[in-house]
Amino acid sequence: MMYKVKVFVTLKESVIDPQGSAATKALQKHDFSEVQEVRVGKYMELKIKNTDQSIEETVHNMCKSLLVNKEVEDYRFEIEEVGAQ
Amino acid sequence: MKFAVVVFPGTSCEVDTYDVIKHKLNEDVEYVSHVSDSLDQYDAILIPGGASYGDAVRPGAIANMQPILKSIKKAAEKGKLILGIGNGFQILLEAGLLPGAMLKNENLKFICKQVQLKVENNNTAYTSAYEKAEQITIPIAHGKGNYFCDEATLAELKSNNQIIFTYTSENPNGSIENIAGITNKQGNILGLMPHPERAVDTLFGSEDGLKIFQSIVRNWRESHATNA
Repeated sequence: MMYKVKVFVTLKESVIDPQGSAATKALQKHDFSEVQEVRVGKYMELKIKNTDQSIEETVHNMCKSLLVNKEVEDYRFEIEEVGAQ
Repeated sequence: MKFAVVVFPGTSCEVDTYDVIKHKLNEDVEYVSHVSDSLDQYDAILIPGGASYGDAVRPGAIANMQPILKSIKKAAEKGKLILGIGNGFQILLEAGLLPGAMLKNENLKFICKQVQLKVENNNTAYTSAYEKAEQITIPIAHGKGNYFCDEATLAELKSNNQIIFTYTSENPNGSIENIAGITNKQGNILGLMPHPERAVDTLFGSEDGLKIFQSIVRNWRESHATNA
């Protein structure tokens, strides 16, 4: 069995987002005055083989060791079972 | 005194860093690969700038997973001197050896130019050759040098005098409190975004960076003379 995991990484609320601010200003200047805020994050897709370890624990460990910087970022993920190919 | 210059795939400032030690200070220096598993024979470890692993995921994030990092962490615990410049600073942050993290520059641009810095603390192994509050000129070259930390960490940095260099003439990247370089609490690890190895001769436009390396050697000699 295989899993497809979608990881969403966002900057913490307390952290300034220079890309988001630039996007906010650009949209507001271009006829989207209703935009209040843009926050730019990252989206990652992982394909992971089934092992003895729980898939949730595996993904948390991957996020902590590489995919996410806990100092400035938060994350959440969705897990989907897919057939092995 | 024997220096290590750690090289990852994508590191680009290792030759400049090596040359400062070899030709300006006349000390022993060797390149050490990212897959090496020991740094025991070195007195100080230099992690030069560049873009290790092409800055994939985040600058320094993949470097932090390499075998050499275990040795760097061991050396850190022993109190050895560890200097991270540019990407080297980012690696030390990713490794948790220094507090905080780097964000994209406020103006979203890669900035490469001379900047004015103030030596906030000259009572460290890295800055003792500077005068107190000395103003110096050293170039920066980075796209992600906007230093950030939470309020509690900032308060701690201040109370322990861990903020070593600040930008003075302007804040080029948006870093919190104009921070350009910090040490850990023990003072044996320094990370800074400006490149002192590019400011070691008047031909380069400034030789203000040389004193960082001279301070390291002087302090090491003094502490070893005392122990002898």
